[in-house]
Amino acid sequence: MKLFRFRGGVHPESHKEETGDKAIEVLPLPARLYVPVQQHIGAPAEPEVQIGDKVLKGRLLAHSQGAISAPIHAPSSGTILDITEHTAPHPSGLGVRTIVIETDGNDSWADGLKTINPFELDTDEISARVGAAGIVGLGGATFPSAVKLNLGKKYPISTLIINGGECEPYLSCDDRLMRERSDEIIDGIRIMLHALKAKQALIAIEDNKPDAIEVMKVAAKLYSNIKVVVVPSRYPMGSEKQMVQTLTGLEIPAGKLSADLGVIVHNVGTAFAVRTALRQGRPLVSRIVTVGGGAISSPRNLEVPLGTLVSEVFDYCGGFDQEPARILMGGPMMGQLLPHTNVPIVKGSSGVIALTQKEVAIHQTQPCIRCGSCITACPCGLLPLEMAARAKKGELQGAVEYGLMDCISCGSCSYVCPSHIPLVQYFNYAKGELAARRRHKQKAEETRKLAEIRMQRLEMEERAKQEAAERRKAEREAKKKLQEAASA
Amino acid sequence: MNQQVSNPLSGPHTHGKEDTAKIMRMVLLALTPATAFGIYQFGWAALFLWLITILSCVVFEAFSLWLGRKPIMRYIGDGSAILTGWLLAMTLPPWAPWWIGVLGGGIAIILGKQVFGGVGQNIFNPAMLARVALLISFPVQMTLWVNPLPMFSAMAPGFVDSLMITLSGFKIDAYSGASVMGHVKTEISNGATLSAALSQTYDNTALALGFVNGSLGETSAVLILLGGLYLLWKKIISWHIPVSMLASTALLAAMMHNVDPQQYAGAMFHVLSGGLILGAFFIATDLVTSPNTKTGQLIFGAGCGLLVYVIRTWGGYPEGVAFAVMLMNALVPLIDHYVRPRIYGHHRGGKTLQYSEKKLARVQQAGED
Repeated sequence: MKLFRFRGGVHPESHKEETGDKAIEVLPLPARLYVPVQQHIGAPAEPEVQIGDKVLKGRLLAHSQGAISAPIHAPSSGTILDITEHTAPHPSGLGVRTIVIETDGNDSWADGLKTINPFELDTDEISARVGAAGIVGLGGATFPSAVKLNLGKKYPISTLIINGGECEPYLSCDDRLMRERSDEIIDGIRIMLHALKAKQALIAIEDNKPDAIEVMKVAAKLYSNIKVVVVPSRYPMGSEKQMVQTLTGLEIPAGKLSADLGVIVHNVGTAFAVRTALRQGRPLVSRIVTVGGGAISSPRNLEVPLGTLVSEVFDYCGGFDQEPARILMGGPMMGQLLPHTNVPIVKGSSGVIALTQKEVAIHQTQPCIRCGSCITACPCGLLPLEMAARAKKGELQGAVEYGLMDCISCGSCSYVCPSHIPLVQYFNYAKGELAARRRHKQKAEETRKLAEIRMQRLEMEERAKQEAAERRKAEREAKKKLQEAASA
Repeated sequence: MNQQVSNPLSGPHTHGKEDTAKIMRMVLLALTPATAFGIYQFGWAALFLWLITILSCVVFEAFSLWLGRKPIMRYIGDGSAILTGWLLAMTLPPWAPWWIGVLGGGIAIILGKQVFGGVGQNIFNPAMLARVALLISFPVQMTLWVNPLPMFSAMAPGFVDSLMITLSGFKIDAYSGASVMGHVKTEISNGATLSAALSQTYDNTALALGFVNGSLGETSAVLILLGGLYLLWKKIISWHIPVSMLASTALLAAMMHNVDPQQYAGAMFHVLSGGLILGAFFIATDLVTSPNTKTGQLIFGAGCGLLVYVIRTWGGYPEGVAFAVMLMNALVPLIDHYVRPRIYGHHRGGKTLQYSEKKLARVQQAGED
């Protein structure tokens, strides 16, 4: 099938062979699980258990709040030990509301939802079940999947793209999932196709995963509307914008959704989770995590209950045999720096990677020599050097004019910059600052409105007072006149 | 392990092999064959001038950094001052006196680079700025071309004599002659025909290999080209500037030669002589002073090539690369302002992309073979 090239991109060393050829292992159940109520984009879930409650695996711990949110379920059976603040897997090291479970070791499941043939369910029912299972985009974006499945009602969707690109170096969790659970993934894809009423599904896999391609092709053979597409290995192939462009030749128009083109993109892990929810009635309580990086003694892929501490995952893999320079959640290109390892695995944790100084290879920043490497590497056609220069000076509007809002923070520019300028750092700062200003402006606007209303109210009160005073004066005078008239 | 591993930093958390100092080192390596040939061909005096010019650039760089309270070793270490000095030396007459190198280094580094704010901030190529300033200020010293006298050959001056040449200048007319371009220009302006002028000096092979008189490192087109191809292979430069610059000069030369073969030299003559290849691969491609986008680079290169031909043919100087590159350097901010890549999801003007029904139908065909 004809593929289209997206502009720019880079070829980082893949490091996938270190974990890609080892079968997924199940992590032994930890004694405690730290389950944050916010593991997704959108509103945090609201706990509905009490300290001391006994819960079974899969029991709802916190319900979703609002249209864009996701519920949280117990990853194993045990007792609710605490509901407290615990460090989130985020560079800030700030706390997030977390339900702590002391596991009882039985790992016994609660009764799941009664399952019926998913192909007899309609779109609403399927997306309701996917939503209730707490499924979010497992590629790392963690957007609630039910919302995306529901788009089929609003937009005519012709094509479901299943993203098996996995372009981030080191990560091989999707690769392993495809190699070991291809039939389940295909089943999940068929359910999603049914929900979206889409014509076809394209499973896009980078050409550096020949085994996954082979296995998926065999599994998809039975279905004429599901096709495996081999795409070139080039970062950021797995980004939605670039993936859609590669397969269709069309770009997602600025500010629009892929659904506007009739396309929906889901990750392979998401397809697997959808299948588990619909066929087995079980919510999302574990995921495949790549444990990798040069500092790890024995890197591999693990199936990990959500809420497991990163430190336990590392310990299981033999700990560090070298001093790690950076510990990341996700891949090295777009992953989050972890403040320490006492943070839990969450739904979006595709990997936990401990990199050595040599692997990081980021040197001291030198002045920009205007070489233009960043422009060549940018998959979005931006001018990173100009944006960074403006962000640095605080000229945020200037950065926006050069395309800041179209930046996907993929990091291709920083990766190739010979002066080691932390370009994405500048962009993230500028984006955050702009968001803060927007909020501030909104707040000021609100305050101004409230103040206006108050002024009006005060004026009205003053006027009412005056009027009352005048009325009383008039009455008094009238009385006086009356009295005068009477006395006269 | 619950230790604090690092400060909160954005990704990416890894980096490619690209590095500024490495780029500079590779450019220096690419310049080595042509320079070595120049030094061999013009003897010890050329070596002295080359060393003096580079040393002068490094000293002036260190001085400026000290004055600006910047970390001296960190910036010297990037190799950009060495490169500037090296490039400047390559364009000087090989037997020029020491003070030409010192003064040139000072002009290049202080006026050409540091007053703009140091590395990455300059508008003009520092080496070309210095060469042009020297050419205008010291036309005699800057146009004394020595005939090739290979090192250790019978006629060549020895180590001490060469040192004297560098320190006090040379007045021995027997050694000197005009450069090929200068000779042709003088002859033609004296009314001679091109074939007559060329018959005395011109030989394509000699010109290509560099057995002619000329600047220290500009004579051997073949060795410079070799270095240029190395840079292309290593992806330090892209083909856009060299190709568009050489092509536009060659095309113009071929056209004019066709109009009047007795007045205008042909394409090969222009491409092989007077440092055009050095300019196309090493000077116009200077990262700092050339456009950022590939399209911009094509415009820039074509402009350089056009100006080289115009200046060589109708200007007051026989050689035009330095002037041409500097004129185009001045246009780079303008080119970069107008020539930008199209942003994903937008039309060129900035409006949001809108697809026709026909284009949208492609999505449905995406699965078909």
